Amino acid sequence: MASGRFGIHGGQYIPETLMNEIQNLEKAYLRYKKDKDFNSELTALLNDYAGRPSLLYYAEKMSRDLDGAKIYLKREDLNHTGSHKINNVLGQVLLAKKMGKTRVIAETGAGQHGVACATAAALLGMECEIFMGKEDTERQKLNVYRMELLSAKVNVVTSGTQTLKDAVNETMRDWVSRVEDTHYALGSVMGPHPFPMMVRDFQSVISREARAQILEKEGRLPAAVVACVGGGSNAMGTFYHFLKDKFVKLIGCEAAGLGVDTEKHAATIARGTLGIFHGMKSYFCQNSEGQIAPVYSISAGLDYPGIGPEHAFLHDINRAEYVPVSDEEAVSAFEYLSRTEGIIPAIESAHAVSYAMKIAPDLPKTENIIICLSGRGDKDVAAIARYRGVNLHE
Amino acid sequence: MSRILGAFKKGKAFIAFLTAGDPDLKTTEKLVFKMERAGADIVELGIPFSDPIAEGPVIQEADLRALESGTTTGKIFDMVRRIRKKSQIPLVFLTYINPVFRYGYDSFFAKCKEVGVDGIIIPDLPFEEQAEVHEFSGKYGIDLVSLVAPTSEDRIKKIAAAAEGYLYVVSSLGVTGIRTEIKTDLKSIIDVAKEAAKVPVAVGFGINTPEQAAKISKIADGIIVGSAIVKIIAENGRDSAKPVGEYVRGMKKAIFTKKP
Repeated sequence: MASGRFGIHGGQYIPETLMNEIQNLEKAYLRYKKDKDFNSELTALLNDYAGRPSLLYYAEKMSRDLDGAKIYLKREDLNHTGSHKINNVLGQVLLAKKMGKTRVIAETGAGQHGVACATAAALLGMECEIFMGKEDTERQKLNVYRMELLSAKVNVVTSGTQTLKDAVNETMRDWVSRVEDTHYALGSVMGPHPFPMMVRDFQSVISREARAQILEKEGRLPAAVVACVGGGSNAMGTFYHFLKDKFVKLIGCEAAGLGVDTEKHAATIARGTLGIFHGMKSYFCQNSEGQIAPVYSISAGLDYPGIGPEHAFLHDINRAEYVPVSDEEAVSAFEYLSRTEGIIPAIESAHAVSYAMKIAPDLPKTENIIICLSGRGDKDVAAIARYRGVNLHE
Repeated sequence: MSRILGAFKKGKAFIAFLTAGDPDLKTTEKLVFKMERAGADIVELGIPFSDPIAEGPVIQEADLRALESGTTTGKIFDMVRRIRKKSQIPLVFLTYINPVFRYGYDSFFAKCKEVGVDGIIIPDLPFEEQAEVHEFSGKYGIDLVSLVAPTSEDRIKKIAAAAEGYLYVVSSLGVTGIRTEIKTDLKSIIDVAKEAAKVPVAVGFGINTPEQAAKISKIADGIIVGSAIVKIIAENGRDSAKPVGEYVRGMKKAIFTKKP
């Protein structure tokens, strides 16, 4: 059995053409992970370019309004490019460069990972191509243009359901065609080993900071840490340094779309079953024949039929809890945070905000909750307006 | 001797791929017989998958057509059972790991044995992950066909040494599809593979003309053609038997050699 297992999940279920490359990637990552120069270079990029550490903001008005646990927002939305995606991308593109690669490719759903990737490629002087489902390019036109401004080529994916999973398929197909000079900068804690481990490590900066910040501000650990989950990279990064703190509840919010009892959702833990896809064993939305289901969410970033293998494992051992949050609940939270705190969250992150709003009133005021605000919502304003029946004449 | 090994004893083998259920299973059944009569030595039957990451557009679209026509793994097993009543041509499944995993490894391979499937190719199951499948394919005597690629390098030896049925040499980087030119140094890969393998070595990916087939068959034990056949089926639908038969006959003729 290949390495990189989380319980029964994970593995390396990929075409033979990629095996040598992925083993080289694992070796290179394990080497540079311990390399002093690599780490100081990465830290400099994260701090001086991406703007880390990100703030842990006490949402006082929101806390007062909910009248329960104090709400803290881990402000990944304030990072350069507007989301947590930059943490992973700076790590991977720097690594790719050290490996002698000259070209990076990536999938994107909402466009946040694509934009982050195009940004890092521009900065570090790499050629960049992004694969994005046709439906998503229409939902997120602004991000498409943004990537092109950053001199990335955006490939519109018209196969399958034309969303995130198909973008991953197409990026893998490109990678097998041109593996020599190309690194696939996978955007989440998914895919074949070493991606789930490597992306988690790069994203774990979120919880490393948040844990220290909350101890400094509150002198105690949070009662719960809440994050949205598609593939699960911001959630894994937010959970990681709290894993050993057994009394900290870890809560991942999945996209329930129009509801988990309809066919229009992307709630993998609530409705998925064990499968093997995109290089990993994990839970997937699929039919009894093992055909991957077309999933749905208002949020392009959560519109994915699987979940990272480490999340599947944390679910199996009951260390983390995964809850479905519907489009309507997420949109309400999107509006609530905007008017209450003057912070427009990404619609992905709004799923986490929504669930935190549900649990905060039942907790004592001495407790606190950390929500990972994984991205900012500028990209979603037009879509939310549409959802509310307002036509902005984009 | 297994049906698969038998197919290579008659000279260079022509291995024909098509997606089961494209455009429907009745047509697939007819095409298997037609291809056998036209000279195909082995037929690879694709079990359609929603997200075939190793396939180019031609086979991706065939998978979608097959799924839309209501093709299921169970119905494909029924078709194989019908074929086996009339034909002993070796049949090898090609599919992705998830449909096999969901069916249940034990039930899947038990069924393969029961209906007469000889082997299986799973493009997203590399050497390192084969054990969980091999436990059951081995139990029922179904050959688990391994692939080697132009990037396999030092992996070729160990993969070839453990290969069952035949060793599938991927001719080029990338996904399946018709290629006008195959640039890989196939000979050096095949030399290493033949040295280590106890089974025949066949080449696939990109082959579509009799000239390419003739050239490659000089160094390989068999050639595998998929996209070119699937393209004919895409263009002719239920009336594919005649053009597919003609195509297979031409390809087989190009690689025909007298029994050594």
